[in-house]
Amino acid sequence: MSFIDVTLQLAEGFMTTLLIFGVTLLCSIPLGLVITFGSMSNFAPFKGLASEASSKFVKTLADFKPIRCITKLFVWIIRGTPLMVQIILVFYGPGLIFGAKALPRITAVLIAFIINYACYFSEIYRGGIESIPKGQYEAGQVLGMTKSQIFFKIVLFQVIKRIVAPMGNEIITLVKDTSLARVVMVVELVQSAQDIIAQKAIIWPLFYIAVFYLLFSGLLTILLNFLEKKLNYYSG
Amino acid sequence: MAFLEIKDIYKSFGKTEVLKGIDFTLEKGEVLAIIGSSGSGKTTLCRCINFLERPDRGVFLIDGEEIFNAEDKAYTDKQIREKRLHFGMVFQSFNLFPQYTVLKNVSLAQELMRIDGSEKKLSAAEKAEIRADIDANSRKLLDMVGLSEKTDSYPCELSGGQQQRVAIARALAMKPDILCFDEPTSALDPELTGEVLRVIRELKTSDRTMIVVTHEMNFARSVADKVIFMADGVIEEIGTPDEVFGDPKSEKTKAFLEKSLENPLA
Ligand SMILES: Nc1ncnc2c1ncn2[C@@H]1O[C@H](COP(=O)(O)OP(=O)(O)OP(=O)(O)O)[C@@H](O)[C@H]1O
Ligand SMILES: [Mg+2]
Repeated sequence: MSFIDVTLQLAEGFMTTLLIFGVTLLCSIPLGLVITFGSMSNFAPFKGLASEASSKFVKTLADFKPIRCITKLFVWIIRGTPLMVQIILVFYGPGLIFGAKALPRITAVLIAFIINYACYFSEIYRGGIESIPKGQYEAGQVLGMTKSQIFFKIVLFQVIKRIVAPMGNEIITLVKDTSLARVVMVVELVQSAQDIIAQKAIIWPLFYIAVFYLLFSGLLTILLNFLEKKLNYYSG
Repeated sequence: MAFLEIKDIYKSFGKTEVLKGIDFTLEKGEVLAIIGSSGSGKTTLCRCINFLERPDRGVFLIDGEEIFNAEDKAYTDKQIREKRLHFGMVFQSFNLFPQYTVLKNVSLAQELMRIDGSEKKLSAAEKAEIRADIDANSRKLLDMVGLSEKTDSYPCELSGGQQQRVAIARALAMKPDILCFDEPTSALDPELTGEVLRVIRELKTSDRTMIVVTHEMNFARSVADKVIFMADGVIEEIGTPDEVFGDPKSEKTKAFLEKSLENPLA
């Protein structure tokens, strides 16, 4: 098998890698924000029940924030279990548990990746949002701004500046995590190399794919550094 | 009838009672200085007046109109936003928006209110006209606080004193009836306090109604029309500067003033 043939076959696998990478990023970045809002939600349906004189139980109930609790539990489960297991579960789970028709392989992979990464991103966002000094919100409030104006016009940009570095780490990790897709036989870059290795009994394609990964993550690093510099026009 | 009436304000945080019945009035164009030792509730009072804390009890009126009444449980966010625009606030730590230029710091809230928050749909020409108006007004305010050279700088490029002057211009841009300052100079190096105090002094000549929490006794004495000495969440003494500083009635006031004369930096 010639170098050109190998390159072409690997390029095909790399397209799938890129697809998983791109779609995951595109969907999990906004979904992460939704999860962040959930995990910071102050919605407390029983707040009205408690007074100074209430029992301890009623006071605890009054403090209960269901949306926050459920979101945090969900994030804990997703971050606490291997992505590989989640992919397997999304692909085989519906069939084995409910006898439903399996999703297309790539769709199952994308769903698992998007949810997993959205949870990681949501924690990064939350850290970023919580690091913004209270004074920024209060300055907006006393100037008569609405909550959403304060978030979108004042806080969000400062959060973005603070999270580019940790987000960059996750994004680079995602490049390599895409190789997990092959547990449900999606032929991404590593799987396409493995196919060649198995058929032709040659080992060098394995080193060759490292070049793909290195070039891609190198390019991303340059882009992320550029973005970080751009956002650094003010300090603090 | 006084311009601002503050009646019987109480505020607790959990079990700590911080304000225990604050009453005072202020006439239009007057400057009120609030002095008192640390923890006496001065900041909490300012924050209550600016709707950053909700008093447990009490009423505020401006020009006889009720602005806040703790009995009325439910104010909507929108009502609070409208009511708090009667007041402006300058914080001890400036709290400028770091990502915006000095000019944008001053103009942003106006733009959000008059353009983004406009009830009717504005044409491009109307928007441009409003923008030009806001821009001109913001520049005028920055000129007034002596920062017309710095409109395009970012807050991190300014000294503390300059930042606080931007914060004053930013608060003035909303045309508040009453401007509150919470220790506007205590985060500043001593050599920078003068420029901020000078700006506040100049505002007085243009008939601004102001409430200034301060540890600068000389400033309070020379600028204020009325002085409140707070101790443990109550007004221990209230009067003209000459009364409070020259002839204090309360033992606590006397002790406080003696201490701050001994150690003017405290
Ligand atoms: N959010 C809060 N939660 C609990 N306690 C608070 C809160 N804010 C203020 N306090 C308490 O209220 C009291 C009065 O505080 P406040 O900041 O109003 O005093 P101050 O007169 O401004 O003091 P300083 O001169 O040090 O600024 C203090 O005992 C403080 O611990
Ligand atoms: Mg204070």
